[in-house]
Amino acid sequence: MPIDGQVDVPAALSRLAVRLAGKGARAVDAQRLTGGASMETWAFAVEGPPNSKGGGREELILRRRSAPFDPESSRSTSLAAEAALIQAARSAGAPAPPLVHLCDEADGLGEAHVTRRIAGETLGRKINSDAKFDAVRGDLARQCGEVLARIHAAPPPAAAQLKTADAAIELGRYEEAYRATGAERPVLELAFQHLKKALPEPRPPVLLHGDFRNGNLIIDAEKGLAAVLDWELSHIGDPAEDLGWICVNSWRFGRPDRPVGGFGEYDDLLAGYAAAGGDPVPLERVRFWQALGSLKWGVMCLMMYASWATGAEASVERPMIGRRVSETEIDLINLLEAGL
Amino acid sequence: MITHPKPQELTEAVARWIDQIRPQLDPRNAFLARVAANALAAVTRELTLGEEAKAAAVQRLEPILGHGGTYEGLTWELCEKLRSGDLDAATPGLLPTLRANTLDQLAIDQPGYKHEGA
Repeated sequence: MPIDGQVDVPAALSRLAVRLAGKGARAVDAQRLTGGASMETWAFAVEGPPNSKGGGREELILRRRSAPFDPESSRSTSLAAEAALIQAARSAGAPAPPLVHLCDEADGLGEAHVTRRIAGETLGRKINSDAKFDAVRGDLARQCGEVLARIHAAPPPAAAQLKTADAAIELGRYEEAYRATGAERPVLELAFQHLKKALPEPRPPVLLHGDFRNGNLIIDAEKGLAAVLDWELSHIGDPAEDLGWICVNSWRFGRPDRPVGGFGEYDDLLAGYAAAGGDPVPLERVRFWQALGSLKWGVMCLMMYASWATGAEASVERPMIGRRVSETEIDLINLLEAGL
Repeated sequence: MITHPKPQELTEAVARWIDQIRPQLDPRNAFLARVAANALAAVTRELTLGEEAKAAAVQRLEPILGHGGTYEGLTWELCEKLRSGDLDAATPGLLPTLRANTLDQLAIDQPGYKHEGA
């Protein structure tokens, strides 16, 4: 299976265009977007053959795995599972880009899927400070709450084989990962011990997006929240996990004064959640998960550095992410000093 | 007197060169080039601020642990005591000490990072 970056993606997309839109169709404007080290995202368009019924241009997004995938150890789902999740979310009324095609061996792209490209902005800094979004910014926290309530009400797709994890399991998993890096970071150590003593009462687990944050949302300058991206970290767990994750300061992009994604307020997020049928979640539970979110992100940064230090990953991005641990430490101290 | 280039001057020279060539790169490499320039900027700050930050951290940790030592030794001991529960968030002086040490590290890693306590 082609997983080594030697795949000629534009050439494979040209063949795929014929499969999607018929003989004479072409893939144009293929461009790799900035993305993670193990997952590639490409923007491209399919243009149908001239004078054909479907002769228009369709803007699409290809997601493909570029590094080997181990479903046992990985926190993420397969792209086939992500496709099933997108469909489940859409059925529940949550906005996600419509699935166009789940790739198979004939496509020569490895593990991959194609979705429609939704117009709008994903860059957190622009969403939070560009005047273009002034009109919708105040609605976003409430919309996020509403969309999360719909996702959490959706039946988990059986095909996705999602894992279940509550706060105790998540803390245990990340503490183990932290110990495995060999790092000695007093703030992270304190946070582990503190949060273990502050575990919230268990709640019935629900379908979670798993990475619901500013940066994975497409914001339309007129409609607000237009689509939720990147479903690969989806799992089953505490609804406050998703609500807390979007409040982690690392995704506030320069606006720590606006706790929800750097664009909104806690009250609006929670009101939107309850208004769309979500079981009300107290702020204190969100703040617990926000702290656990900062801690998880701190450990993830350490792990990404470790993957470079052990030679598993070669990108310049990886060691530099290791220098983001201190941002999670100051955020954790702010939370601990506030009593969470 | 100019004798030989200081480490800070070398990192700065390479960072400037990266900035020069960045506009000619494709989006993926332009992104990685920005990461590389950021890495050099962090190295430059660590060369300038690192020793002082470590010395200050040691001074702050001494009263918490009741004795002196190296930065690495005191950090190791602090982690052990937090893990065992001997020290916790209620320990007098602990959170202000961790805040000050973390802010010094953040000034090296990401001086522009905006957080709730800033």
